[in-house]
Amino acid sequence: MAPRTLFDKIWDSHVVETLPDSTAILYIDRHLVHEVTSPQAFEGLRLSGRRLRHPDATIAVVDHNVPTSDRTLPIEEADSRNQIETLERNVREFGVPYFPLLSARQGIVHVVGPEQGISLPGMTIVCGDSHTSTHGALGALAFGIGTSEVEHVMATQTILQKPAKNMKVVVEGQVGPGVTAKDIMLAIIGHIGTAGGTGHVIEFAGSAIRELDMAGRMTLCNMSIEAGARAGLVAPDETTFEYVRGRPFAPKGEAFDEAVAYWKTLASDEGAHYDRVVELRAEDITPVLTWGTSPETVIPVTGNVPDPAAEPDPSRRRQMQRMLDYMGLEAGQKIAGTPVDVVFIGSCTNSRIEDLRAAASIAAGRRVAPGVRAMIVPGSGIVKAQAEEEGLDKVFLEAGFEWREAGCSMCLGMNPDRLTPGQRCASTSNRNFEGRQGPGGRTHLLSPAMAAAAAVTGTLTDVRELI
Amino acid sequence: MDKFTVLTAIAAALPEENIDTDKIIPARFLKTTKRSGLGVHAFDGMRYRPDGSENPDFVLNQEPYRKAEILITYDNLGCGSSREHAPWALLDFGIRCVIAPSFADIFNNNCFKNGILPIALPREVCTQLMDDARQGANSRLTVDLARQVIIRPDGKEVPFDVDPLRKQLLLEGLDDIGQTLQHEKAITTFEERRAQAQPWIPHIVLD
Repeated sequence: MAPRTLFDKIWDSHVVETLPDSTAILYIDRHLVHEVTSPQAFEGLRLSGRRLRHPDATIAVVDHNVPTSDRTLPIEEADSRNQIETLERNVREFGVPYFPLLSARQGIVHVVGPEQGISLPGMTIVCGDSHTSTHGALGALAFGIGTSEVEHVMATQTILQKPAKNMKVVVEGQVGPGVTAKDIMLAIIGHIGTAGGTGHVIEFAGSAIRELDMAGRMTLCNMSIEAGARAGLVAPDETTFEYVRGRPFAPKGEAFDEAVAYWKTLASDEGAHYDRVVELRAEDITPVLTWGTSPETVIPVTGNVPDPAAEPDPSRRRQMQRMLDYMGLEAGQKIAGTPVDVVFIGSCTNSRIEDLRAAASIAAGRRVAPGVRAMIVPGSGIVKAQAEEEGLDKVFLEAGFEWREAGCSMCLGMNPDRLTPGQRCASTSNRNFEGRQGPGGRTHLLSPAMAAAAAVTGTLTDVRELI
Repeated sequence: MDKFTVLTAIAAALPEENIDTDKIIPARFLKTTKRSGLGVHAFDGMRYRPDGSENPDFVLNQEPYRKAEILITYDNLGCGSSREHAPWALLDFGIRCVIAPSFADIFNNNCFKNGILPIALPREVCTQLMDDARQGANSRLTVDLARQVIIRPDGKEVPFDVDPLRKQLLLEGLDDIGQTLQHEKAITTFEERRAQAQPWIPHIVLD
């Protein structure tokens, strides 16, 4: 057999049948469900009298709409409450395993899946959410789908798809101090652009990637979608197996050994073909952030906001000027030192225990700058409990951060956590689109350590000055 | 999904380019739990004035176009967000066929998944069909999917292209799920084979 990539191997092992026009009926191992994109799919099943084929391959959580304040109080926003209650009715009716709001296992779907051992290497994983790419960190083929497709998976445990192209992003070398997986990924997106991965599945490789822990790999794969890719992947290795071992829903004992033996066969073969290869040197990557309203507007924290006048293409020039106006920035200004109003540490990109430790290491012994609102939103109840066991909550609270309950929160502001018009936010989330965190809000994407640095200094700051 | 065979209906002309899915259904209506009921919010920003009253200048607020089942626009209809709420809103309003020089990819897919036929035709043909549409209640268009023609009020026929697989699904009223379930035996065989080869794959069962 010709040498195959990790993607090729997972794809081939899940094709049920190939239709005449090369569309595959692709088997799905795990279907993650949340309250926003599922109600119409459940309704569709009900109206057509269809059953949900595999409740035992499905897991539901509430995350997008949930308040991150006191959970024992009623949910104030009526339409959010309704979406949550609807999910609860649906999971009861269709027998879907569900982590409810008051469960310690509740959290952001892309944090919960890996944490519980529900997402495993070699699997196909889907969810009605574009950041499903996160689970690719385990060496699983994971991608977001629309609501009709959610219903399709519920009814058939398959999806109709044509194969993607293979792309490899290689980062060799060792990153410097203060440089995290978030900086690596933002640097990659800055390099290839938001459409750089269109039609491709990106496999991340190279020594700098191998060095990353699972949280870092999840950050990387999470933002593959911001590079336009269908999915992101990291080949499973010892780091992966050690992460999976002992997780509640992972195979145990001999079954685990059998699984590992299989997972070890998944890495791309020597000589496998990639349609596109991009290489970056880890040493060239510095702490970075975004200045504009597209995730590709990445500059080093030591850099200056670009000048549209230097852009030859008129439509790009107009777009850059519009971004500057929206973001309230001047062409050519130094980005460091720009005052922030809000700091948001959370989201499926950066809300794991490792992210909170990195933020706490900067916050320890310091104070949130006057006038700044700084929020910590753990990715799950489990992450929150772990952080409290390690005393991180005290570090944050003593420094003046808010210590909140788990959910998607201010990443997209479907719950009450929103920016007000004109507020500037240092955010560990994944999208800086106009109005994403609240109408008129201004988002700078950066790492948890950089976000903590912004909180304690009150401005966008090079974290290396604080370590 | 309802079959699409032959549709004889009132057509509404909306001669604009780049009508995005935010225009078709603004974000604040996404917190719904239904596919249905979005028709009242379709084109909310164009259709209603700030005080909530109808904008009389908007075509879908005028007779006979309140009953339009065909919508004709210019290029790049449905660009922007992937929200399936956009075709849901159109369908709930009563639209079964959209005609434009070009469509955004995802919107195009989402239309087929919801029994709406998107027809791409050259801009000048769209302009002619818009002129037909403006002639009023007696000036209906007929869309015959099996023959792949639009029959204008004067009896002239305009041929159009459509993907053969998708055409079949629309004609039979089969959604993707219906189509895939025709392969259920293959899915079951796959599951049995896999359960033998990889018995370690866990089932998600809560205590």
